[in-house]
Amino acid sequence: MSARLLKAAIIKTLPVMAGYLALGVGFGILLRVNGYGVLWAIGMSITMYAGAMQYIAISLITSGASLLTTAVTTLLVNARHLFYGISLIDRYRGAGPKKLYMMHALTDETYALVCTAECPEGEDPHSYYFLMSVCDHIYWICGCTLGNMLGSLIKFDTAGIDFVMTALFVTLFVDQWLNTKEHRPALIGIGATVLCLLIFGSENFLIPSMALILAVLLLCRKPLVKGGKSI
Amino acid sequence: MSHTYVISQIAVMAIITLALRVAPFLIFGGKKTPPVIQFLGTYLPYAIMGMLVVYCLKDVSVISAPHGLPELIAIVLVAVLHIWRRNTLLSIVSGTVCYMLLIQFCF
Repeated sequence: MSARLLKAAIIKTLPVMAGYLALGVGFGILLRVNGYGVLWAIGMSITMYAGAMQYIAISLITSGASLLTTAVTTLLVNARHLFYGISLIDRYRGAGPKKLYMMHALTDETYALVCTAECPEGEDPHSYYFLMSVCDHIYWICGCTLGNMLGSLIKFDTAGIDFVMTALFVTLFVDQWLNTKEHRPALIGIGATVLCLLIFGSENFLIPSMALILAVLLLCRKPLVKGGKSI
Repeated sequence: MSHTYVISQIAVMAIITLALRVAPFLIFGGKKTPPVIQFLGTYLPYAIMGMLVVYCLKDVSVISAPHGLPELIAIVLVAVLHIWRRNTLLSIVSGTVCYMLLIQFCF
């Protein structure tokens, strides 16, 4: 792992740095307000390392939820991570001991970056993905910790700063769109998710969306593989 | 809440999250990836990115004011800037600043 590769990884992850610091600070503040100090913030951001789930964790814990409720909620909220693994099996193949950590660190944002990342020439792609994973994780831990320690000092209005994640996914979506002539999978993703959001509502749409995306993709397997030479 | 309770809660969430992240590699990561998983590996990322964009917007209401206008304007700005300059940081910072100004001062 060279300094050049680390630099490339930091540049590629800069947008996530902005997002994770913002969201992490938000989480750290919320945790502090509910009476949990900096060690909890660090512990949760290292072991769970899941943005939305950590926010939900605060309400689960403070409401005294049962372990079963917590387990089921985690399964439902984080089921989307199954997709990330499925689409990175070949990319992460042969990564060696680093792979264990890379799997743990596979958040929405890291997944999105790894999917669209082009490794600098002459460097080891696995090391590149590994470094991006480490960078993102460090930003998240720093954000959660800083928010927990210094959150009360923030004086300017931060409303809307979480849009940085939406913006990140939009740029990655555009990148993918411009890099291929096969737009059906992207359209299936948007169409299926919007449809399920309308039918099931914002609390329960993610799992049906994933099922529908899988079903439609598999149904379209033949035409996609036939016409998919450009990918 | 007792520390034991909180720690066991965090442990449950951490273990299940890790299991979800690792499971596909354990199930399909044998010597040779099954063709259907290879197929999904090629095409799923495009669909998932679309899903994630929608996921970020799940709490936007089109029916009540401001009808998702701030989101729409900021996303169009991000997309247009990105198609034009292909500079991720520029697109994201401009879009986010635009969005923050819109919801704090305009809507």
